[in-house]
Amino acid sequence: MKFLCVECDEQMHFEERRIPGDGTLAAVFRCPACGRMTAMLTNPMETQLVTSLGVKVGGRTVPGAPFEGIRTGVASGREDAFAAPKEPASPPAPVRWSVDAVERLGHVPSFVRGMVKKIYIEYARDHGIGEITPAVMDRARTDLGLEGM
Amino acid sequence: MIPVTLNIRTYHEIENAGSDLGDQVAAQQTRVEARLALVHDVVGIMSGKGGVGKSLLTAALATLAARRGRRVGVLDADLNGPSMGRMLGCPRGPLAERPDGIDPASTPCGALVMSMDLLLDADMALHWKEPDGAAFVWRGVQERGAVREFLADVGWGELDLLLVDLPPGVGRLAELHELVPELSGVLAVTIPSAASRDAVARSLELAARRRIPLLGLVENLRGYRCDGCGDVGALFGGDAAERLARRFDVPVLGGLPFDPTLDRAAAYGELDAWLSAGGPTAIELGRIGEALDAALGAGRSAGEVASR
Repeated sequence: MKFLCVECDEQMHFEERRIPGDGTLAAVFRCPACGRMTAMLTNPMETQLVTSLGVKVGGRTVPGAPFEGIRTGVASGREDAFAAPKEPASPPAPVRWSVDAVERLGHVPSFVRGMVKKIYIEYARDHGIGEITPAVMDRARTDLGLEGM
Repeated sequence: MIPVTLNIRTYHEIENAGSDLGDQVAAQQTRVEARLALVHDVVGIMSGKGGVGKSLLTAALATLAARRGRRVGVLDADLNGPSMGRMLGCPRGPLAERPDGIDPASTPCGALVMSMDLLLDADMALHWKEPDGAAFVWRGVQERGAVREFLADVGWGELDLLLVDLPPGVGRLAELHELVPELSGVLAVTIPSAASRDAVARSLELAARRRIPLLGLVENLRGYRCDGCGDVGALFGGDAAERLARRFDVPVLGGLPFDPTLDRAAAYGELDAWLSAGGPTAIELGRIGEALDAALGAGRSAGEVASR
Protein backbone atom coordinates (compact mmCIF):
# COMPACT_ATOMS: atom_id res chain seq x y z
CA MET A 1 0.00 0.00 0.00
CA LYS A 2 1.50 3.32 -1.10
CA PHE A 3 0.12 6.82 -1.33
CA LEU A 4 1.19 9.09 -4.16
CA CYS A 5 0.79 12.86 -4.22
CA VAL A 6 -0.41 13.23 -7.77
CA GLU A 7 0.46 16.90 -8.10
CA CYS A 8 4.03 16.44 -6.90
CA ASP A 9 4.51 12.89 -8.18
CA GLU A 10 6.01 12.09 -4.78
CA GLN A 11 5.27 9.12 -2.59
CA MET A 12 3.64 10.33 0.60
CA HIS A 13 5.37 9.35 3.83
CA PHE A 14 3.69 7.75 6.81
CA GLU A 15 3.12 10.43 9.44
CA GLU A 16 1.10 8.97 12.28
CA ARG A 17 -1.40 6.30 13.23
CA ARG A 18 -4.54 7.02 15.26
CA ILE A 19 -6.69 4.38 16.94
CA PRO A 20 -9.90 6.04 18.17
CA GLY A 21 -11.06 2.92 20.02
CA ASP A 22 -14.15 2.11 17.96
CA GLY A 23 -12.41 -0.58 15.96
CA THR A 24 -11.40 1.82 13.20
CA LEU A 25 -7.97 3.12 12.36
CA ALA A 26 -6.62 6.30 10.76
CA ALA A 27 -3.22 6.35 9.14
CA VAL A 28 -1.99 9.78 8.08
CA PHE A 29 0.45 10.26 5.22
CA ARG A 30 2.21 13.49 4.18
CA CYS A 31 3.70 14.57 0.88
CA PRO A 32 7.37 15.42 1.50
CA ALA A 33 7.27 18.04 -1.29
CA CYS A 34 4.12 20.08 -0.70
CA GLY A 35 3.22 18.97 2.82
CA ARG A 36 -0.29 17.92 1.87
CA MET A 37 -1.69 15.28 4.18
CA THR A 38 -4.20 12.55 3.55
CA ALA A 39 -5.73 10.10 5.96
CA MET A 40 -6.51 6.50 5.21
CA LEU A 41 -9.49 5.38 7.28
CA THR A 42 -10.20 1.70 7.78
CA ASN A 43 -13.42 0.16 9.01
CA PRO A 44 -13.39 -2.39 11.87
CA MET A 45 -13.13 -5.37 9.53
CA GLU A 46 -10.18 -3.87 7.66
CA THR A 47 -8.54 -2.88 10.93
CA GLN A 48 -8.98 -6.39 12.24
CA LEU A 49 -7.31 -7.78 9.14
CA VAL A 50 -4.03 -6.01 9.82
CA THR A 51 -4.28 -6.53 13.58
CA SER A 52 -4.80 -10.27 13.18
CA LEU A 53 -1.78 -10.53 10.92
CA GLY A 54 0.36 -8.67 13.46
CA VAL A 55 1.41 -6.02 10.94
CA LYS A 56 1.27 -2.23 10.97
CA VAL A 57 -0.15 -0.03 8.22
CA GLY A 58 2.54 2.47 7.29
CA GLY A 59 5.28 0.12 8.42
CA ARG A 60 6.72 -0.57 11.83
CA THR A 61 8.30 2.39 13.56
CA VAL A 62 9.37 0.31 16.58
CA PRO A 63 10.10 -3.43 16.82
CA GLY A 64 7.20 -5.60 17.91
CA ALA A 65 7.03 -6.33 21.65
CA PRO A 66 6.92 -9.96 22.81
CA PHE A 67 3.39 -11.41 22.71
CA GLU A 68 2.11 -8.23 21.08
CA GLY A 69 -0.68 -10.06 19.30
CA ILE A 70 -1.72 -12.11 22.32
CA ARG A 71 -1.74 -9.11 24.62
CA THR A 72 -3.66 -6.87 22.29
CA GLY A 73 -5.95 -9.58 20.99
CA VAL A 74 -6.95 -11.78 23.93
CA ALA A 75 -9.98 -10.46 25.78
CA SER A 76 -9.94 -12.95 28.66
CA GLY A 77 -6.31 -12.69 29.73
CA ARG A 78 -5.15 -12.34 33.32
CA GLU A 79 -4.27 -8.82 34.31
CA ASP A 80 -1.20 -10.06 36.14
CA ALA A 81 -0.01 -12.49 33.46
CA PHE A 82 3.23 -10.58 32.93
CA ALA A 83 5.61 -8.75 35.21
CA ALA A 84 9.03 -7.20 35.11
CA PRO A 85 11.72 -9.75 35.91
CA LYS A 86 12.82 -9.87 39.51
CA GLU A 87 16.28 -8.41 39.52
CA PRO A 88 18.76 -9.97 41.89
CA ALA A 89 19.15 -7.96 45.06
CA SER A 90 21.87 -5.36 44.71
CA PRO A 91 25.07 -6.43 46.44
CA PRO A 92 25.58 -4.84 49.84
CA ALA A 93 27.92 -1.90 50.05
CA PRO A 94 31.49 -2.98 50.84
CA VAL A 95 32.75 -2.41 54.40
CA ARG A 96 36.43 -1.53 54.85
CA TRP A 97 38.59 -2.61 57.78
CA SER A 98 41.15 -0.29 59.30
CA VAL A 99 44.62 -1.70 59.91
CA ASP A 100 44.09 -1.53 63.68
CA ALA A 101 40.79 -3.36 63.40
CA VAL A 102 42.35 -6.12 61.30
CA GLU A 103 45.09 -6.52 63.85
CA ARG A 104 42.57 -6.75 66.66
CA LEU A 105 40.47 -9.24 64.77
CA GLY A 106 43.63 -11.34 64.47
CA HIS A 107 43.55 -11.87 68.23
CA VAL A 108 40.17 -13.59 68.05
CA PRO A 109 40.52 -17.40 68.10
CA SER A 110 40.53 -18.65 64.54
CA PHE A 111 37.60 -21.04 64.86
CA VAL A 112 35.21 -18.19 65.70
CA ARG A 113 37.01 -15.46 63.79
CA GLY A 114 34.84 -15.78 60.71
CA MET A 115 31.64 -15.54 62.72
CA VAL A 116 32.89 -12.55 64.70
CA LYS A 117 34.01 -10.83 61.53
CA LYS A 118 30.57 -11.36 60.05
CA ILE A 119 28.88 -9.89 63.14
CA TYR A 120 31.00 -6.72 62.93
CA ILE A 121 30.34 -6.36 59.20
CA GLU A 122 26.59 -6.71 59.68
CA TYR A 123 26.68 -4.23 62.53
CA ALA A 124 28.53 -1.74 60.35
CA ARG A 125 26.05 -2.18 57.49
CA ASP A 126 23.07 -1.85 59.83
CA HIS A 127 24.47 1.44 61.09
CA GLY A 128 25.68 2.79 57.76
CA ILE A 129 29.32 2.60 58.80
CA GLY A 130 31.78 2.37 55.91
CA GLU A 131 34.91 1.47 57.90
CA ILE A 132 35.32 -0.80 60.89
CA THR A 133 37.77 0.59 63.40
CA PRO A 134 38.59 -0.56 66.99
CA ALA A 135 36.11 2.11 68.20
CA VAL A 136 33.36 0.63 66.05
CA MET A 137 34.21 -2.82 67.38
CA ASP A 138 33.90 -1.57 70.94
CA ARG A 139 30.57 0.02 70.24
CA ALA A 140 29.28 -3.13 68.56
CA ARG A 141 30.32 -5.28 71.49
CA THR A 142 28.48 -2.97 73.85
CA ASP A 143 25.39 -2.60 71.70
CA LEU A 144 25.15 -6.30 70.92
CA GLY A 145 26.10 -7.53 74.38
CA LEU A 146 29.21 -9.30 73.10
CA GLU A 147 31.62 -8.10 75.75
CA GLY A 148 33.48 -11.42 75.73
CA MET A 149 34.41 -11.18 72.04
CA MET B 1 -14.67 21.04 -17.98
CA ILE B 2 -11.70 19.78 -19.93
CA PRO B 3 -10.89 16.19 -19.04
CA VAL B 4 -7.35 15.77 -17.74
CA THR B 5 -5.42 12.56 -18.23
CA LEU B 6 -3.21 12.12 -15.21
CA ASN B 7 0.08 10.34 -15.63
CA ILE B 8 0.23 8.45 -12.36
CA ARG B 9 3.07 6.10 -11.60
CA THR B 10 2.14 2.52 -10.81
CA TYR B 11 2.80 0.73 -7.51
CA HIS B 12 5.92 -0.99 -8.78
CA GLU B 13 7.34 2.16 -10.31
CA ILE B 14 7.73 3.59 -6.82
CA GLU B 15 10.76 2.01 -5.25
CA ASN B 16 9.97 2.77 -1.63
CA ALA B 17 8.40 -0.25 0.03
CA GLY B 18 5.40 1.49 1.57
CA SER B 19 3.84 -0.37 4.48
CA ASP B 20 5.98 -3.42 3.79
CA LEU B 21 3.23 -5.77 4.93
CA GLY B 22 4.85 -8.67 3.14
CA ASP B 23 8.21 -7.95 4.69
CA GLN B 24 6.60 -7.57 8.11
CA VAL B 25 5.11 -11.06 7.78
CA ALA B 26 8.46 -12.39 6.58
CA ALA B 27 10.14 -10.79 9.60
CA GLN B 28 7.76 -12.70 11.87
CA GLN B 29 8.95 -15.95 10.34
CA THR B 30 12.56 -14.87 10.73
CA ARG B 31 11.95 -14.37 14.46
CA VAL B 32 10.65 -17.93 14.74
CA GLU B 33 13.70 -19.28 12.95
CA ALA B 34 16.07 -17.26 15.11
CA ARG B 35 14.46 -18.50 18.32
CA LEU B 36 14.43 -22.12 17.21
CA ALA B 37 18.04 -22.06 16.04
CA LEU B 38 18.96 -23.12 19.58
CA VAL B 39 16.38 -25.91 19.76
CA HIS B 40 17.62 -29.30 18.63
CA ASP B 41 14.35 -31.10 18.01
CA VAL B 42 10.80 -29.85 17.66
CA VAL B 43 8.25 -32.66 17.92
CA GLY B 44 4.50 -32.37 17.49
CA ILE B 45 2.30 -34.62 19.62
CA MET B 46 -0.94 -35.12 17.72
CA SER B 47 -3.95 -37.33 17.65
CA GLY B 48 -6.61 -36.05 15.30
CA LYS B 49 -9.16 -37.02 17.95
CA GLY B 50 -9.89 -35.47 21.31
CA GLY B 51 -9.78 -37.31 24.59
CA VAL B 52 -7.14 -39.88 23.73
CA GLY B 53 -4.59 -38.69 26.32
CA LYS B 54 -2.32 -36.72 24.05
CA SER B 55 -1.72 -33.90 26.51
CA LEU B 56 -1.08 -36.30 29.35
CA LEU B 57 1.46 -38.17 27.21
CA THR B 58 3.12 -34.86 26.28
CA ALA B 59 3.41 -33.86 29.93
CA ALA B 60 4.73 -37.28 30.94
CA LEU B 61 7.31 -37.39 28.14
CA ALA B 62 8.50 -33.88 29.03
CA THR B 63 8.85 -34.84 32.69
CA LEU B 64 10.73 -38.00 31.77
CA ALA B 65 13.10 -36.08 29.52
CA ALA B 66 13.75 -33.43 32.18
CA ARG B 67 14.42 -36.15 34.77
CA ARG B 68 17.05 -37.57 32.41
CA GLY B 69 18.77 -34.21 32.35
CA ARG B 70 17.58 -33.12 28.94
CA ARG B 71 16.66 -29.52 28.38
CA VAL B 72 13.05 -29.76 27.39
CA GLY B 73 10.30 -27.29 26.62
CA VAL B 74 6.57 -27.79 26.16
CA LEU B 75 4.53 -25.54 23.90
CA ASP B 76 0.81 -25.99 24.44
CA ALA B 77 -0.68 -25.33 21.01
CA ASP B 78 -4.13 -26.34 22.25
CA LEU B 79 -5.13 -22.74 22.83
CA ASN B 80 -8.79 -23.47 23.51
CA GLY B 81 -8.23 -26.42 25.82
CA PRO B 82 -4.90 -25.61 27.45
CA SER B 83 -3.73 -27.93 30.19
CA MET B 84 0.06 -28.06 30.21
CA GLY B 85 0.55 -25.52 32.98
CA ARG B 86 -1.62 -27.46 35.39
CA MET B 87 -0.47 -30.95 34.38
CA LEU B 88 3.16 -29.99 34.72
CA GLY B 89 2.69 -28.27 38.07
CA CYS B 90 3.69 -24.79 36.93
CA PRO B 91 3.11 -21.94 39.40
CA ARG B 92 0.47 -19.45 38.22
CA GLY B 93 2.53 -16.39 39.01
CA PRO B 94 3.23 -13.69 36.45
CA LEU B 95 5.68 -14.54 33.68
CA ALA B 96 8.73 -12.33 33.55
CA GLU B 97 8.77 -10.06 30.55
CA ARG B 98 12.10 -9.09 29.04
CA PRO B 99 12.83 -6.98 25.96
CA ASP B 100 13.75 -10.08 23.97
CA GLY B 101 10.99 -12.35 25.14
CA ILE B 102 8.74 -13.76 27.83
CA ASP B 103 10.25 -16.19 30.33
CA PRO B 104 8.46 -19.53 30.14
CA ALA B 105 7.08 -21.12 33.29
CA SER B 106 9.23 -23.83 34.81
CA THR B 107 8.12 -27.18 36.18
CA PRO B 108 9.49 -28.59 39.45
CA CYS B 109 11.79 -30.85 37.43
CA GLY B 110 13.04 -28.06 35.19
CA ALA B 111 11.01 -28.38 32.01
CA LEU B 112 9.98 -25.06 30.45
CA VAL B 113 6.34 -24.46 29.59
CA MET B 114 4.28 -21.96 27.64
CA SER B 115 0.56 -22.47 27.64
CA MET B 116 -2.50 -20.30 27.29
CA ASP B 117 -3.66 -21.58 30.68
CA LEU B 118 -0.84 -19.56 32.23
CA LEU B 119 -2.18 -16.38 30.62
CA LEU B 120 -5.93 -16.67 31.09
CA ASP B 121 -8.02 -15.86 34.11
CA ALA B 122 -8.89 -19.04 36.00
CA ASP B 123 -11.72 -20.98 34.35
CA MET B 124 -12.01 -18.42 31.53
CA ALA B 125 -12.23 -19.57 27.94
CA LEU B 126 -10.04 -17.97 25.32
CA HIS B 127 -11.90 -14.94 23.95
CA TRP B 128 -10.49 -12.65 21.30
CA LYS B 129 -11.26 -8.98 20.84
CA GLU B 130 -13.03 -8.96 17.51
CA PRO B 131 -15.57 -6.89 15.64
CA ASP B 132 -19.03 -8.08 16.61
CA GLY B 133 -20.34 -10.95 14.59
CA ALA B 134 -17.13 -11.54 12.70
CA ALA B 135 -15.17 -13.64 15.15
CA PHE B 136 -15.22 -16.64 12.83
CA VAL B 137 -13.36 -14.65 10.19
CA TRP B 138 -10.36 -13.84 12.32
CA ARG B 139 -10.11 -16.52 14.98
CA GLY B 140 -7.96 -18.82 12.89
CA VAL B 141 -5.53 -16.06 11.97
CA GLN B 142 -5.24 -14.93 15.57
CA GLU B 143 -4.70 -18.44 16.87
CA ARG B 144 -2.00 -19.01 14.30
CA GLY B 145 -0.43 -15.74 15.43
CA ALA B 146 -0.55 -16.87 19.05
CA VAL B 147 1.26 -20.12 18.23
CA ARG B 148 3.82 -18.11 16.29
CA GLU B 149 4.37 -15.87 19.29
CA PHE B 150 4.67 -18.90 21.58
CA LEU B 151 7.48 -20.07 19.30
CA ALA B 152 9.19 -16.76 18.58
CA ASP B 153 8.63 -14.62 21.67
CA VAL B 154 9.36 -17.08 24.47
CA GLY B 155 12.83 -17.21 25.94
CA TRP B 156 13.28 -20.93 25.36
CA GLY B 157 17.06 -20.72 25.27
CA GLU B 158 18.96 -23.83 24.26
CA LEU B 159 16.75 -26.89 24.28
CA ASP B 160 17.36 -30.50 23.38
CA LEU B 161 13.68 -31.03 22.77
CA LEU B 162 10.59 -28.87 22.32
CA LEU B 163 7.35 -30.84 22.50
CA VAL B 164 4.33 -29.18 20.90
CA ASP B 165 1.00 -30.42 22.21
CA LEU B 166 -1.37 -30.10 19.26
CA PRO B 167 -5.14 -29.83 19.60
CA PRO B 168 -7.50 -32.39 18.05
CA GLY B 169 -7.92 -32.08 14.31
CA VAL B 170 -5.36 -31.52 11.60
CA GLY B 171 -5.37 -27.74 11.14
CA ARG B 172 -2.86 -26.83 13.81
CA LEU B 173 -0.36 -29.42 12.50
CA ALA B 174 -0.39 -27.69 9.13
CA GLU B 175 0.13 -24.31 10.81
CA LEU B 176 2.96 -25.65 12.93
CA HIS B 177 4.65 -27.11 9.88
CA GLU B 178 4.37 -23.79 8.05
CA LEU B 179 5.98 -22.04 11.01
CA VAL B 180 8.58 -24.79 11.57
CA PRO B 181 9.32 -26.35 8.18
CA GLU B 182 12.17 -28.37 9.70
CA LEU B 183 9.91 -30.07 12.21
CA SER B 184 11.77 -33.09 13.58
CA GLY B 185 8.62 -35.14 13.36
CA VAL B 186 5.30 -36.02 14.90
CA LEU B 187 4.24 -38.58 17.47
CA ALA B 188 0.65 -39.74 17.04
CA VAL B 189 -1.53 -40.88 19.93
CA THR B 190 -4.52 -43.13 19.39
CA ILE B 191 -6.80 -45.32 21.42
CA PRO B 192 -7.64 -48.81 20.15
CA SER B 193 -11.09 -47.95 18.72
CA ALA B 194 -11.96 -47.76 15.04
CA ALA B 195 -13.24 -44.20 15.44
CA SER B 196 -9.90 -43.10 16.81
CA ARG B 197 -8.09 -45.03 14.09
CA ASP B 198 -9.95 -43.13 11.36
CA ALA B 199 -9.35 -39.74 12.98
CA VAL B 200 -5.66 -40.38 13.59
CA ALA B 201 -5.29 -41.72 10.05
CA ARG B 202 -6.31 -38.30 8.71
CA SER B 203 -3.63 -36.62 10.79
CA LEU B 204 -1.01 -39.13 9.70
CA GLU B 205 -2.08 -38.72 6.09
CA LEU B 206 -1.60 -34.96 6.34
CA ALA B 207 1.78 -35.40 7.98
CA ALA B 208 2.88 -37.89 5.33
CA ARG B 209 1.64 -35.64 2.53
CA ARG B 210 3.71 -32.80 3.98
CA ARG B 211 6.68 -35.17 4.36
CA ILE B 212 6.83 -34.61 8.09
CA PRO B 213 8.74 -37.53 9.67
CA LEU B 214 6.38 -39.94 11.45
CA LEU B 215 8.29 -40.82 14.59
CA GLY B 216 5.86 -43.30 16.00
CA LEU B 217 2.48 -44.20 17.43
CA VAL B 218 1.43 -44.61 21.03
CA GLU B 219 -1.73 -46.52 21.84
CA ASN B 220 -3.30 -45.11 24.97
CA LEU B 221 -6.15 -46.58 27.03
CA ARG B 222 -5.03 -50.06 26.06
CA GLY B 223 -6.96 -51.59 28.91
CA TYR B 224 -7.54 -50.44 32.46
CA ARG B 225 -5.05 -50.90 35.26
CA CYS B 226 -6.85 -51.62 38.53
CA ASP B 227 -5.96 -49.15 41.23
CA GLY B 228 -6.09 -51.93 43.79
CA CYS B 229 -4.51 -55.10 42.40
CA GLY B 230 -2.63 -53.58 39.45
CA ASP B 231 -4.06 -56.07 36.93
CA VAL B 232 -4.98 -54.75 33.49
CA GLY B 233 -8.50 -55.43 32.25
CA ALA B 234 -10.13 -54.81 28.87
CA LEU B 235 -11.42 -51.34 28.09
CA PHE B 236 -11.83 -50.65 24.36
CA GLY B 237 -12.01 -53.09 21.50
CA GLY B 238 -9.90 -52.58 18.41
CA ASP B 239 -6.36 -52.59 17.15
CA ALA B 240 -5.96 -49.05 15.86
CA ALA B 241 -2.23 -48.78 16.49
CA GLU B 242 -1.35 -51.97 14.64
CA ARG B 243 -3.46 -51.08 11.64
CA LEU B 244 -2.14 -47.52 11.49
CA ALA B 245 1.41 -48.78 11.86
CA ARG B 246 1.00 -51.08 8.88
CA ARG B 247 -0.76 -48.51 6.72
CA PHE B 248 1.71 -45.68 7.34
CA ASP B 249 4.81 -47.76 7.98
CA VAL B 250 5.34 -46.15 11.36
CA PRO B 251 6.53 -47.93 14.51
CA VAL B 252 4.35 -48.41 17.59
CA LEU B 253 6.48 -47.01 20.39
CA GLY B 254 4.30 -48.50 23.10
CA GLY B 255 0.92 -48.79 24.70
CA LEU B 256 -0.47 -47.54 27.98
CA PRO B 257 -3.45 -48.66 30.04
CA PHE B 258 -5.74 -46.19 31.74
CA ASP B 259 -4.07 -45.82 35.11
CA PRO B 260 -6.03 -43.86 37.72
CA THR B 261 -2.83 -43.06 39.62
CA LEU B 262 -1.34 -41.42 36.52
CA ASP B 263 -4.56 -39.52 35.93
CA ARG B 264 -4.51 -38.15 39.47
CA ALA B 265 -0.83 -37.24 39.27
CA ALA B 266 -1.45 -35.24 36.09
CA ALA B 267 -4.49 -33.53 37.58
CA TYR B 268 -2.42 -32.23 40.48
CA GLY B 269 0.81 -31.53 38.61
CA GLU B 270 2.65 -34.35 40.39
CA LEU B 271 3.99 -36.36 37.47
CA ASP B 272 7.56 -36.13 38.72
CA ALA B 273 6.68 -37.76 42.03
CA TRP B 274 4.51 -40.32 40.25
CA LEU B 275 7.38 -41.29 37.95
CA SER B 276 9.67 -41.57 40.97
CA ALA B 277 7.35 -44.19 42.43
CA GLY B 278 8.15 -46.32 39.37
CA GLY B 279 4.99 -48.37 38.87
CA PRO B 280 4.40 -50.56 35.80
CA THR B 281 2.76 -47.73 33.83
CA ALA B 282 5.70 -45.46 34.64
CA ILE B 283 8.07 -48.15 33.38
CA GLU B 284 6.13 -48.41 30.13
CA LEU B 285 6.20 -44.64 29.76
CA GLY B 286 9.95 -44.75 30.25
CA ARG B 287 10.22 -47.22 27.38
CA ILE B 288 8.16 -44.93 25.16
CA GLY B 289 10.43 -42.02 26.05
CA GLU B 290 13.49 -44.06 25.15
CA ALA B 291 11.89 -45.17 21.90
CA LEU B 292 11.14 -41.54 21.03
CA ASP B 293 14.75 -40.63 21.78
CA ALA B 294 15.88 -43.43 19.50
CA ALA B 295 13.54 -42.28 16.76
CA LEU B 296 15.00 -38.80 17.01
CA GLY B 297 18.53 -40.10 17.02
CA ALA B 298 19.02 -38.80 20.54
CA GLY B 299 22.38 -38.62 22.15
CA ARG B 300 23.60 -35.78 20.01
CA SER B 301 25.55 -33.37 22.10
CA ALA B 302 24.23 -29.99 23.15
CA GLY B 303 27.16 -28.47 21.31
CA GLU B 304 25.62 -29.58 18.07
CA VAL B 305 22.62 -27.47 18.91
CA ALA B 306 24.66 -24.32 19.28
CA SER B 307 26.63 -24.99 16.13
CA ARG B 308 23.62 -25.75 14.00
